[in-house]
Amino acid sequence: MKTVFEYTRGMLPVTTGYCPGCTHGIAHRILMEVLIERGTLGETIGVAPIGCSILSHNYLNVDMCESAHGRGPAVAAGIRRALPDKTIFTYQGDGDLASIGAGEIVHAAHRGEKFTTIFVNNAIYGMTGGQMAPTTLIGQKSTTGVDGRKKEVSGMPLRMAELLATIDGAVYVERVALDTPAHVRGAKAAMHRAFEIQEKRLGFSFVEVLSTCPTNWGLPPTAALKWLADNMIPYFPLGILRTPGEVK
Amino acid sequence: MATHKILIAGFGGQGIILIGQMLAYAAMMDNKEVTFLPSYGPEMRGGTANCTIVISDSPISCPLVDKATCLVVMNQPSLAKYEDMVEPGGTVFINSSLVKQGVKRSDLTEIAVEAGELAIGLGNEKMANIVMLGALIRKMNFVSEENMEKVLAKVFSGRKEHLLEGNRVAFHVVK
Amino acid sequence: MSEKQLMKGNEAFAEAAIRGGCRLYFGYPITPQNEIPEYMSRELDKVGGAFVQAESELAAVNMAYGGALTGKNVFLSSSSPGIALMQEGFSFMASAEIPMVILNVMRGGPGVGGIQPGQADYRQATRGGGNGDYHIPVYGPASIQETVNIIYDAVTLADRYRNPVIILADGMLGQMMEPIILPEARETVTEEEIRIQKPWALLGHQDKKERTVVKSLRLQPDDLENHNNKMHEKYIEMMEELPQYESYRLEDAEVVFVSFGSMSRIVREAMDHLAEQGIKAGMIRPISLWPFPNKAFDEISPKTKMVISAELSIGQMMDDVKCAVCGRFPVELLYRTGGMVPTPLEVVEKTKALLEVTK
Repeated sequence: MKTVFEYTRGMLPVTTGYCPGCTHGIAHRILMEVLIERGTLGETIGVAPIGCSILSHNYLNVDMCESAHGRGPAVAAGIRRALPDKTIFTYQGDGDLASIGAGEIVHAAHRGEKFTTIFVNNAIYGMTGGQMAPTTLIGQKSTTGVDGRKKEVSGMPLRMAELLATIDGAVYVERVALDTPAHVRGAKAAMHRAFEIQEKRLGFSFVEVLSTCPTNWGLPPTAALKWLADNMIPYFPLGILRTPGEVK
Repeated sequence: MATHKILIAGFGGQGIILIGQMLAYAAMMDNKEVTFLPSYGPEMRGGTANCTIVISDSPISCPLVDKATCLVVMNQPSLAKYEDMVEPGGTVFINSSLVKQGVKRSDLTEIAVEAGELAIGLGNEKMANIVMLGALIRKMNFVSEENMEKVLAKVFSGRKEHLLEGNRVAFHVVK
Repeated sequence: MSEKQLMKGNEAFAEAAIRGGCRLYFGYPITPQNEIPEYMSRELDKVGGAFVQAESELAAVNMAYGGALTGKNVFLSSSSPGIALMQEGFSFMASAEIPMVILNVMRGGPGVGGIQPGQADYRQATRGGGNGDYHIPVYGPASIQETVNIIYDAVTLADRYRNPVIILADGMLGQMMEPIILPEARETVTEEEIRIQKPWALLGHQDKKERTVVKSLRLQPDDLENHNNKMHEKYIEMMEELPQYESYRLEDAEVVFVSFGSMSRIVREAMDHLAEQGIKAGMIRPISLWPFPNKAFDEISPKTKMVISAELSIGQMMDDVKCAVCGRFPVELLYRTGGMVPTPLEVVEKTKALLEVTK
């Protein structure tokens, strides 16, 4: 009989602690599938952030470390100097990367660090309970902005992919989403490209993944997927923002 | 041998730190105990510069000097600032090209060296520090001349080798 | 053994770290320790190492953590305000049990403060400047040679305890020059040797073994308490094994100074001046500041009239001195702060004044 589905050995055989409908699980799985398909799982070091996905080191079957809040890109830069031949990634949420770690990610891109960052943007702080993130949309409600985000108070949501794409060292920047099967396949292809860039040591590669947070958005999982498509994608358009010629 | 506590002062750019370091190098080569302590500050040029060198036959506890046995001043403000820091009976070397008003205290020996003028005469005013260094060593015997010659060759090597000959002459100009 | 050479403190410290086995350095410019990143940027490449000028001390400490969690030895240096910014990383590394050699070339504070020598980071270093229950061994060497030796030894000490080690130098030690003898360079270890010697190191699981995780987060309080207790056993071992000091002329001393680092050298000369004036002075020079060498204080003669904590901070070390003296002698404070350094004669005068008051 032909095997049509197999649990990836890239994920440990445990149940994740993420909320029902959270798309971290999908992002984790495609990331690990990519590493297996590229044959680099055993040579990879992952850096977990602070936020919900600090738990990722309980699920991803690679050597992993935690980092202080926002400092993942600095930690990865240190690992890269120690281990020039390994595959290295950071996995960061929007509070970790776009707020407290905005400095570290910009300078990692600026130095053209040879690692890959998977940036999971769900437009809210998850672990701490639904506070406003730099990526929270205008009008979107949060526990630190109960009437919805106001431009005059908090500025416009930060588009990290666009920001990083202005930096020469960030040679590959793409934004993807996890709301439909087609987009999930696209996200996986983007991660493949990002790791190919890293393997060729061309520079810093960055994949922003639009993701859901049904719990803190106050929506059922399927409605959350629709909310992502209807609200996030128009403000955070999908696509490749920057790529070197040699990567298809 | 007593412990020599030497304070060298001038303005930034006069090569104060350099001759202090050279003195320390030569002292080490003479197998003496030595410490070299520079002043440091935010101004890179033109501010005041000073350094303290302690040379002794026995281990040196404190690199900091409150009473110098010998003061070398390359400009006027440094004399005003440090004259009181010299031990009674101490020696003060002044760069008389820039220090027009000499030592006020009567319990000190002043040795005037036309370091600036002599260096200009040799074609490079920047060598005033080396002129002074030569005078200092010849009068005070802090370190052996032989080892200081080696230090000169070491300092003016590589990219600076073209400066060696001129500085050697400057080092010997005060007999 | 290499021959004697005259080196600037900061450059000697950097070279000591390289010879000790550190091939990775991450730093950010700050006076008075700039010669260290400059030296590392020139030298590490030549020995197969790497230097990164980080965007901040915050990034530098986290890069250092990243480098060290692979089992390689990492050296980190900064000066007071920069060290303050690194505290997040120190606490994290202590919790994650990552070795690190940290040098603080202290200057006057608080805040941005000044750039002249100080010792006012004493409390921050010895009490732990970051959050949580942790300790870092702290050393306060008094000469360039001693600093070099301690940095060199700290590399293996940090590995042995899987814990950061802090060395407190200051602007004076960093900027001055003294003849020193550098230790022989240690052989660096290969990745395969690290896999065997440091099973905690992250090197990729090679599809062969269970993966390895370096972590600080422990959400279950019982788990965290167990971890902290396990770490505390380590700290107790340090408290037993690491105290280190030198004592001078304690027998018959009328007054006993307690002083470390640059300040202890000034005091040492002041002791000679005091002796000339008929005042017998001794000194306890702590070399380890945490753990503090409490046992040294049992050597103080019952005839001693006064113990003086002489420091470049306003009584920060005096707390430890009082604790060690434990009521046996009066403890007084002699200090300068803000980058001011007393001369030996100033120490003499202040000491005489203190003795006068108690007569």
